[in-house]
Amino acid sequence: MSSLTAPHARYLSGTSRDERLWLLFAVAWCLVLFFAMYVWQAIGNQKTPIESYRIEPAEFRALTQDYIAAYRIGDVQGIPLVTPTEDGEAFLAARAFAFEPVLQLKKGESVRIYLSSYDFQHGLSIQPLNVNFQVLPGYLYVVNLTPTETGEFGLICNEYCGLGHHTMTGRIVVVD
Amino acid sequence: MTTASVTHPQGVAALFRTCRVTGYQVFTPVQKLIVFQAVAAVLSLATGGTLALLMALTRWEAVGLLPPELYYRFTSAHGTVMLVFWIVFFEVAALLFGGTILINHRLKGVAVAWTYTWMMATGAVLTTVMALSGHANNMFTAYPPLVNHPLWYVGILLFAVGALMACCHFVVQLWTARKEGVVAGPFSLVVYALLAAAIIAIWTLLHGALAYIPALLQSLGLITLDPAIYRTLFWGFGHGAQQINLAAMVACWYALAALTTGARPVNEGLSRLAFVLYLIGINMGSMHHLLVDPGIGMHARIINTSYFMYAALLGSLIHAFSVPAAVETAQRARGHVKGLYGWLVAGPWREPGFSSLMISLIGFGFIAGVSGVLMGTMQLNMIIHNTLFVVGHFHATVVLGTTMAFMGLSYYVIPLVMKRDLALLGMARITPYVYGAGLLTLIAGMMLAGKNGVSRRSWDATYSAGYLQVDTLSTPIITFANTLIGIGALVAVTGGIMYVLIMVGTVFFGRPSETPNVGRLGVVASPAGPVSDVTIPEFDHAATRAQAPGTTVAVFVFLGYFVLMFAWAFFNLSRVGWGIG
Repeated sequence: MSSLTAPHARYLSGTSRDERLWLLFAVAWCLVLFFAMYVWQAIGNQKTPIESYRIEPAEFRALTQDYIAAYRIGDVQGIPLVTPTEDGEAFLAARAFAFEPVLQLKKGESVRIYLSSYDFQHGLSIQPLNVNFQVLPGYLYVVNLTPTETGEFGLICNEYCGLGHHTMTGRIVVVD
Repeated sequence: MTTASVTHPQGVAALFRTCRVTGYQVFTPVQKLIVFQAVAAVLSLATGGTLALLMALTRWEAVGLLPPELYYRFTSAHGTVMLVFWIVFFEVAALLFGGTILINHRLKGVAVAWTYTWMMATGAVLTTVMALSGHANNMFTAYPPLVNHPLWYVGILLFAVGALMACCHFVVQLWTARKEGVVAGPFSLVVYALLAAAIIAIWTLLHGALAYIPALLQSLGLITLDPAIYRTLFWGFGHGAQQINLAAMVACWYALAALTTGARPVNEGLSRLAFVLYLIGINMGSMHHLLVDPGIGMHARIINTSYFMYAALLGSLIHAFSVPAAVETAQRARGHVKGLYGWLVAGPWREPGFSSLMISLIGFGFIAGVSGVLMGTMQLNMIIHNTLFVVGHFHATVVLGTTMAFMGLSYYVIPLVMKRDLALLGMARITPYVYGAGLLTLIAGMMLAGKNGVSRRSWDATYSAGYLQVDTLSTPIITFANTLIGIGALVAVTGGIMYVLIMVGTVFFGRPSETPNVGRLGVVASPAGPVSDVTIPEFDHAATRAQAPGTTVAVFVFLGYFVLMFAWAFFNLSRVGWGIG
């Protein structure tokens, strides 16, 4: 008999000592992997954002434009530079092929970012942190960020969104 | 189960031949079907490999071969041709093989089989033509609101329905074999594994229809799809398909272990339980692709991504022990008892089936499996999602693992079914090493690039044409990683060309022979007894079960490495520094 031939009718014949030892550790490791996600989500500093809502792309666009008009403090190469609201809220929009606006955040201050898309699916990738989120039109994803260092952080789109995909960038500026 | 006792209905018996190498009763009308599917698979592999080379030479900045539109077009085509056509054609060939020859059964419904074979071929050609002509540049995933040309969906649906019929046909074959008494006792482990793959495939292909039929309607302008719902349904297909590959690959491992070393499963019951674990929550894995999406709750993410507490991982950990243990036990029984790993050193490394098995097994375990678990850990996904690391991972699973295992099995199946010598045997001996070395380089480059922030699916890794510059993507380490990808692809494609030459050479030009030269055969394959050039002594299954100390040490070393990688990944996540939540 082999893997290619049929076993004897009774093949459930117990396990050897080595197999039992391996199974014990394997099951234990599976449980560690499982509960690690709950533990990190409770006590870790980098939690997966969960909060999200449905929103029409047109409505999100209007809200973002209103926000930019109200909190604009300048420009970066012609793109609005905007601070969060007094309540620490900000909108970040993805569209083919740019992120807008450029957000100016304060080091150590938490900001509640409302992330969505005007048109296609996009990917928000914050560089060089290499932190990545999916951006879907029709869905508002609430991403809380607390910057811990100052500087300029590049944004790139990492979900294919059309032939100009590799030109889709943006920026977050963190100041003291 | 003894072949002698199998009596086929009158008129049908004349259609059987007895394989003079393995002793299997081969239903001759199925041979053409198997070869057709296998040739379609190899042609898909050749097409996808050509595209792979062009893509890699584009991402390697020093070469920068293609303009953006062609890069996206070829990336889209490469994904579909490789992940769907190469893999599924081969899997259907394996199901036709397992549903007839491996159980000495006739194929009931040859016309049906030709019908779905032609549906699959037509669908594959239509889809590929639409993709290569620039009507489907939106990647394998085609996430709405982006849509491909309607005929692209028609092609892939035609293929999927054909494949669905093939899977159902396999299940019917097993059922009739049992009913007619062709197989009296349990099925062999390999057939059992193929059944697991077929069940997963049926479920997966139904999800494919659920995703692609609405997408077709959207491409015709009839409906508007919700992007999140499409993503969930699509990955029910896209990820489920990878679990078919997993089950089929492990089936190949057990088959190759038997063919090359005469290995017997050390524990039939446990190995079968592991396949049942693969079936638990088949479609939960779709969550792996949605871990940083909006619209999903925490428990839904954690419970689904882990296949409910890692049931499927436990299955793989069982195979990780039982496959090498089977080889070790067989090798020790043949007298290779020196030290912990004398049996491994003494393995038939010049046999392409054995080297393919070992490269697939070790590569899958250490690279593909571990990276997959890291990516599927909810929070770790934030520093991996849509980076080139993901692409490195799935080239480790589906190429270094599955494709390598499929190649290994085909060195046996194709010559035996064709009754022709394996062409270019000398080249076949080194092909797995060339292909494996290329893939390892490619995968290392992809993972290194991804870890440093390089995104997948982008024509330009540095986004240098962006309105706002991202300087941190133009670093020496990223240039080095992209160079590794280019060189790795060149070597892997060379290995791929060698494989295609061997297969095409065998099918069309191999020397006809009743006892094809497929290298050493440690076959304990058929109840009629092996007719091979090497005989492996029988040994007492129960008494030798625990005689795998090398494997026991190896799996615990593997577990230690796994724990280290997991800890390191969370350390990397914490080094992001910023608070996220």
